[in-house]
Amino acid sequence: MQKRKLLEERFFLWLMRVVAVSIILVFLFIMGIIIQKGFRAMSWEMISQEPKGGFYFGKGGGILNAIVGSLYLAGGSTFCAFLLGLPVALGMNVHWVTKTRFVGTIRFLLDALWGVPSIVFGAFGFALMAYLQIRASLLAGIITVTLFIVPIFIRAFDEVLRTVPQGLMEAAYSLGANRTQIAFIVFFRQALPGFITAILLAFGRGIGDAASVLFTAGYTDHIPQSVQDPTATLPLAIFFQLSSPIPEVKARAYAAALILTAIILIISVISRLSTRKFKKNIL
Amino acid sequence: MSHIPITINKKPKFSKMDVPSDFSIKKETEGEVPPIIKISHFNVHAGSTGILKDINLKIPKGKITVLLGPSGCGKTTLLKCLNRLSDLHPSLKVDGQITIDGEDIFHPNQDLTRIRQKMGLLSQRPFPLPMSIYKNIAYGLKIKGIRDKKLIRDRVEKHLRDVGLWEEVKDRLHTPAARLSIGQQQRLCLARGLAVDPEIILADEPTSALDPISSRKIEEEFLRLKQDYTLIVVTHILRQAKRLADHIVFMYFGEIIEQGTPDEIFNHPKSEILKQYLESGH
Repeated sequence: MQKRKLLEERFFLWLMRVVAVSIILVFLFIMGIIIQKGFRAMSWEMISQEPKGGFYFGKGGGILNAIVGSLYLAGGSTFCAFLLGLPVALGMNVHWVTKTRFVGTIRFLLDALWGVPSIVFGAFGFALMAYLQIRASLLAGIITVTLFIVPIFIRAFDEVLRTVPQGLMEAAYSLGANRTQIAFIVFFRQALPGFITAILLAFGRGIGDAASVLFTAGYTDHIPQSVQDPTATLPLAIFFQLSSPIPEVKARAYAAALILTAIILIISVISRLSTRKFKKNIL
Repeated sequence: MSHIPITINKKPKFSKMDVPSDFSIKKETEGEVPPIIKISHFNVHAGSTGILKDINLKIPKGKITVLLGPSGCGKTTLLKCLNRLSDLHPSLKVDGQITIDGEDIFHPNQDLTRIRQKMGLLSQRPFPLPMSIYKNIAYGLKIKGIRDKKLIRDRVEKHLRDVGLWEEVKDRLHTPAARLSIGQQQRLCLARGLAVDPEIILADEPTSALDPISSRKIEEEFLRLKQDYTLIVVTHILRQAKRLADHIVFMYFGEIIEQGTPDEIFNHPKSEILKQYLESGH
């Protein structure tokens, strides 16, 4: 009996090791390819210049337009998602905490939205554009991507807010705090690392998604000067370059992918470091 | 409907027949001090199960009242109803009346903030707010609308001294409260509760997570605090009840079985249940 248990234990331990290692290997493999191929095509020109004429046929220039466009788009829509999502997430956990069925319904709907493929949001955004009579632009892109990442942001933040202990809420109530004070002072602070994670997750999805901006943001060789201009994005830049038959252009797609990965990495590191300062107060 | 005295008892082996049903209300000890809290015909249901059944109780002012009883007998629920934290549990259905200083706390237009600020709550485990030691205490003052920095500083010091924490933390007031030991956190929570100027302190097994020395400190605070406050302490520890109580209320399965002075409860228990509880007690 004892021997069987030991065997079981050993089996699962090895299973976990194998799975963990294979996940890490896949990650390293992908990163390896991007870095190896990307570095070869990478140049200062790539990140400092807009595409020149004939860029997509292998001539000079860079993808600064897509880098800046993507940052505008993802930054703008993450900000909008934060504005829309924060009250909902806090409300679900503080103001409406006694309305379990109502909150449960919201959670279910948000989870369903999370599962909707981004191309559907793209199509919806496109329909919305036609209705609002706006053309493919940064604004339309931001609206679509916001709709797409808002459920992700809310649910990610919500999951952390749910872990705030009931006793903390009772303690704050018994001091005479009202619900809004509890939401912003107690819950928000206590769940701050989760909030940063939620923002990052939303930003990452927003900057990396091609399908939702395919119809809505348009594509251009220039950096957008206003929200009404169309904008290039990194995922689409990668897509257009990869689908080219010319080897130099194809190679540059990897450089673009490397840039996209680096942006996400840099932003995560910065925000992780900045949460460390706030984390100390948490129970 | 709820006015019928409890005769239906699912656990027949504990009979209260030998106790006159309202003996406690006529106790002379209650006549001396005016009650600050009056609970009458108070019931709490969760779905079809009754959690509290026809509670009638007067809490004397300026004394320590101990709610004694085994786990799950409704002591905590009763305590939480007093400052309407029961509102956070929509499944709890409440009827009956609780008045504090003559005010009905379940009145639909009741100002909950004011009612709750009349009572400081100390829970089983300390829950310091996610901020510094200083701000933990200053927060309650800020809620009350006190903006004067110097006044806040003085009050923070006063309340930390009240709970004997000042000497331990005066050099690190602006460090996170979460870094204190659990015993210090519990005293911080007490100080935080005192800062909103309550009349009553509700303590829900306040020492259950603490080591004996920290527990003793909390108990000493309680004995000192009763000069200025009314304390209601929930506990299942007999010795703690003995050390603290001026008045003991023994509860069992959502009912008040017996109440009286520590001498009456410990030395002359009337009901079988209480006798058994005292014998098995620790």
